[in-house]
Amino acid sequence: MSALEARQVHVRFGDRVVLEEMNFSVAPGELHGIMGPNGAGKTTFFNVLTGRVRPSRGQVLVDGKDVTGLPPHRIAALGVARSFQIMTLFDEFSALENVALARPAFRAQALHGHRAAIGDAETDAAALSVLDEVGLGSKAQVLARDLSYGERRALEIAVALAQEPRVLCLDEPTSGLGSDGIARIAEMVRRLKGRLAIVAIEHDMEFLFGLADRISVVHWGQVIARGRPDELKANPWVRRSNLGRFG
Amino acid sequence: MQTPAHAGRLITPAMVGVALVLLTVPLWIAKVGLYQYIGVEILIWAIYALGFNLLLGTAGLPSFGHGAFFGIGAYAFGLTQFHVAANLWVCLLGGILAASLAGALVAGFVARRRGIYFAFLTIAFGQVFWFIAMKARNVTGGEDGLLPIARLPADFGIVSFDLTGNTALYFFVLALFLVTVVALWRLTYSPFGRVLSAIRQSELRAAHLGYQVVLFKMLAFIASAAFAGLAGSLFAMAQGGAFPEVMALHYSGYIVMMVLVGGGLVSFWGPVIGVVVFLLARDLLGAVTLTWMLWFGLLFVAVILFKPEGIAGVFQDLRRRFSRQPAQAQPAARSTP
Ligand SMILES: Nc1ncnc2c1ncn2[C@@H]1O[C@H](COP(=O)(O)OP(=O)(O)OP(=O)(O)O)[C@@H](O)[C@H]1O
Ligand SMILES: [Mg+2]
Repeated sequence: MSALEARQVHVRFGDRVVLEEMNFSVAPGELHGIMGPNGAGKTTFFNVLTGRVRPSRGQVLVDGKDVTGLPPHRIAALGVARSFQIMTLFDEFSALENVALARPAFRAQALHGHRAAIGDAETDAAALSVLDEVGLGSKAQVLARDLSYGERRALEIAVALAQEPRVLCLDEPTSGLGSDGIARIAEMVRRLKGRLAIVAIEHDMEFLFGLADRISVVHWGQVIARGRPDELKANPWVRRSNLGRFG
Repeated sequence: MQTPAHAGRLITPAMVGVALVLLTVPLWIAKVGLYQYIGVEILIWAIYALGFNLLLGTAGLPSFGHGAFFGIGAYAFGLTQFHVAANLWVCLLGGILAASLAGALVAGFVARRRGIYFAFLTIAFGQVFWFIAMKARNVTGGEDGLLPIARLPADFGIVSFDLTGNTALYFFVLALFLVTVVALWRLTYSPFGRVLSAIRQSELRAAHLGYQVVLFKMLAFIASAAFAGLAGSLFAMAQGGAFPEVMALHYSGYIVMMVLVGGGLVSFWGPVIGVVVFLLARDLLGAVTLTWMLWFGLLFVAVILFKPEGIAGVFQDLRRRFSRQPAQAQPAARSTP
C-alpha cells in the first residue's frame, strides 16, 4: 500500500485551474521526486497533500485512509510532515527549540500549562540528535534568525524530521543554495533515504536524478511524464526543461 | 520574545527582587510624595496587563476590547457580593468565572480571525459589553455604577484580615500579584505557552506541526480574560464600586498602550513597567498639567516610532552593551554556509 496517494486531484482558485488532474503515490521507503516549471502547481499539490488546500475534486489517502479535506494539524498527526519552499521557522526560538516543538512527544503535552517546557533533559537529548543528523548539533542554542542561510535550510528539514514522519514532503529543499549547500542537503537526504517515504520537489537535476527512485514531471497541473531517472533522461520534456543544466 | 534565562524555574531571582521591593513600598511611599492607594492601583493594573500580554506579547493577538473582561470581573464581584455570598473568595471566584465565560464567548467568534479582523471584532464585542453595562441599569446601576461594594475581609479560617485600610489591601493585592506573576511565568514558558509563541511566529508552521491553532488561541483568550476578571474584581473592591468607564474603548486602549510602552513584546516584565510609568505619569504629570495624556500620547508615539520594543527593550539593549555576551559566546565552530 502507498504511504501517501493522490487520486485525480483537481484544484481551482476562482476560475483559474491550478491542478488539472494529479495522480500520485509514494511507497514506504521510496523517494519520489517532482520536477516541473515555475507555476506548474507543485507547491499547490503539497498544500493539498498536507491539508492546507482542499481539492475541488479528487482524493488524498494516507496509508490507504481517505484524509481529503482534513485540516493540516490532523494530517500532520497522521505522520505527514512538510518543509517549506519559503522558509518557515520560529525565528525567535533557538534551533533546539524549533526542533523540540516539532516532536510528537512535545505535541502530546502541548496543553500542559503547569510545568516548564525548558530544561527537560529527555526532550533536549532527542531534539539534539535530530539537529546532529542535519549537522546543526553545534548550533543548538543559536536563534533561528541568527543562523546562516544554509543552516536555516538545514533547520527547515530538521523541523520536519523531528515530527518523526512516515512521509516527508520537501518543497525545493536546496532553493537558493550554492553547489556546496546543495551537495550537503543531498547528502543529508541520501542518509534518510529508505527510512521513510520522501516526496521531494526539486529544480536541481543532479539532486533529483542522483537520489530519486521515481520522478514525476508536472506541467499544467498534471503529471506529463513519470519513471525511473534513467528512463526519464531520454524524455523530451525533461531534456527541454533543463537545457544546458544537465547531461 | 526570546526565551529568557530561568525560563524553566518556578520562581526566578527577578521575582524575588521585585517582591522584596514591593514589600517595602508602604514604608516609603508617603515620603516620596505619593500615597498608598496608587500602589494598590498599580498592582491591580499590573495583574491585568500581565494577563493581557499572554494574549498580545506571547500569542500575538491584539485585543482592543479587553476592558470588557476587566469590567465584567468588577460587576460580577459586586453582584456575587450582593446576591450570592458576601465572602471574599466566593466573590473573587465569581469575578474570574464571569470574565472567563465572557472570554470564551468572544473567543468563539474571534479565534478564527486574523490581524485587523481580529482587532475589529474585539472592539465590537468590547463596545457591546460596555453598552450593556451602561443600559442594564437595574443590574449594573448604569452610569452611576454598582454601589456600594465592600472590601470584604480575607478570611483564612483561623485568621481573618481586615482589608478596609489601603495598606492592608495593598498587601493582599500584592499577594495576588505575586501569584499571578508565578502562574503567568510558568504558563508562558510551559509547553502550552511555547506553542502560543510559535503560533505568533508562524501560524502556518505550527499548524503543519500538528497544533490546532484555533484551540490554542481560544484558550489563550480565555486565560487572559480570567486574569482581567481577577484584576477587575480587585478594582471593584479598591474603588468600592463597579463602573462602566473601565469598559469604554479608550480604557481598552490604555492597557494596550501600557503593555507596548513597557515592552511587553520583548519582555515578560514589560507590562509591569508600562503600568508603573503610565499611572505615575498620570499622577505626577497630571498634577502639573491637565494635558498629561497628550504628553503620554507623545511618549507612546515616540516608542512606536523609535523603539517598538518599549522601555524593556531599552533595558535589554543596555544590558547587552554592558555584558556583551550574545552571539560571540556561541561555540566557535562555524560551518561554511
Ligand atoms: N491561494 C491561491 N490563490 C490563487 N492562485 C494561487 C494560489 N496558490 C497558488 N496559486 C497559483 O497557482 C499557480 C501554481 O502555483 P504553485 O506555487 O503551486 O507553483 P509551483 O509549481 O510550486 O511553482 P514554483 O516552482 O515557482 O514554486 C501559480 O500561478 C500561483 O499563482
Ligand atoms: Mg513552489
